[in-house]
Amino acid sequence: MCNQPVLFELQDVALSRGGREVLRDLTASLPEGASCVAGPSGCGKSSLLRLLNRLADPDRGSVVYRGRDVREADVLELRREVCLVPQLPSLLDGTVADNVRYAARLADREANVERLLDLAGLDASYADRDGSKLSVGEQQRAMLARALALEPDVLLLDEPTSALDESARDAVEATLVHLRERVSVSTVLVTHDLDQARRLSDWVVRLDVGRAVEQGHVHDLLPA
Amino acid sequence: MTGTIDVTLAQVAATLALVAIAIGVSFWQRAGLENEIAVAVVRSFVQLTAIGFVIQVIFDEDTVALVVVLIAVMVLFGAFTARHRARRVPHAFWPLLVALSVSAIATLGLVVALGVFEPEPRFLVPVGGMVVGNSMTASAVALNRLGDEMHDSAHRIEATLALGASATEAAAPFVRRSLRTGMITLVDSTKTTGLIFFPGTMVGMLLAGAEPVDAVRLQLILLYALLGSVAIAGLISVSLAYRSFFTPAQQLREQPEP
Repeated sequence: MCNQPVLFELQDVALSRGGREVLRDLTASLPEGASCVAGPSGCGKSSLLRLLNRLADPDRGSVVYRGRDVREADVLELRREVCLVPQLPSLLDGTVADNVRYAARLADREANVERLLDLAGLDASYADRDGSKLSVGEQQRAMLARALALEPDVLLLDEPTSALDESARDAVEATLVHLRERVSVSTVLVTHDLDQARRLSDWVVRLDVGRAVEQGHVHDLLPA
Repeated sequence: MTGTIDVTLAQVAATLALVAIAIGVSFWQRAGLENEIAVAVVRSFVQLTAIGFVIQVIFDEDTVALVVVLIAVMVLFGAFTARHRARRVPHAFWPLLVALSVSAIATLGLVVALGVFEPEPRFLVPVGGMVVGNSMTASAVALNRLGDEMHDSAHRIEATLALGASATEAAAPFVRRSLRTGMITLVDSTKTTGLIFFPGTMVGMLLAGAEPVDAVRLQLILLYALLGSVAIAGLISVSLAYRSFFTPAQQLREQPEP
């Protein structure tokens, strides 16, 4: 077992979407630090991630965050503390700075836009750019900056590089590594790429057809 | 102010020549609207004749209670009809019913309270009919847009929820756009009225022999009243309807394909 405190504990979780059971009898732990949910496409990784900040609730079973069932928490406060960065570009209309400030306002914070962009690997010139005119990779970074404006304890990253080419992927990965060196934040990464799981996380839960088939230290489960 | 005009059935029948042109165009261009046009003509004749008799009874009785019954029935049918335009909005009937009811009550109440019209069936019936009709159209268009927005932008809405925004905050841009879409047709037609087209009330009064100034003033009263009623109906319908897309835990509900 990991020697880090447990961040999330999922117990006998089942979830259906569109009449199809996407998670079944899923039991897994995710520790503080950098962890990862890995598995092939359609195995339920993103569905699992949505349970962690209550974008969805399981049909059965429980999701516990730092010792407390997520359903006992104020859902809006939970989402500001456990913030999900989605897979698809999902910026609101307006500039990158508008998006960052919007998130900061939700958490009653002042946004240091320049610093947040820097953390997400964007220079200050992006602040006034229209979010919809950015490349997919730039939008991913802008969404990361927006999430960081909440000063979350946990970042849930849903396949952040799935739509990127190799060089853009490497740049985003470097940003994420750098981010964890500069900001105290735990990350839960969802990816189908086992090499990426190895590069970006210490702990991995492997999913297959909606079940956690194994979990442990990345070096034990995914040796180089 | 106004005279009366006698219209014979023969005159009505004569205008069927223009309906024949419409059917001919549809047939010639293979638009496939011949049956639809025929049904529309028959329905309009039957429905308007029937409502003409109903209105005659209400005018003869001269009681506001019958006006209330008539407008309640129109609101009910309006909500049913508009619901079909808003198929992607779950349980759209109730927001529409509330929106049309409040719009009718508020608009008629205000025009009477402001002394624009006397609380008599002769005024309340036609104005009520226009208010319900325009409110129904605006609400249906607004909810149709809302349904499309909520489906097409589901990932953006969920991304905003994921930041800790409430359902109200996450839906706000789409609610705004839907309301605007519902109102814009009437706003645009109000802007161009008199330049590009003559609105129905004014045309009716001119045909009936009224002085143009009187016809214009009455038309302005109705246009301004309709702007208010459409705004009320649009706002209430979208403000109630967007909630059906979310759970009490501020989650976006799974949305079935239409």
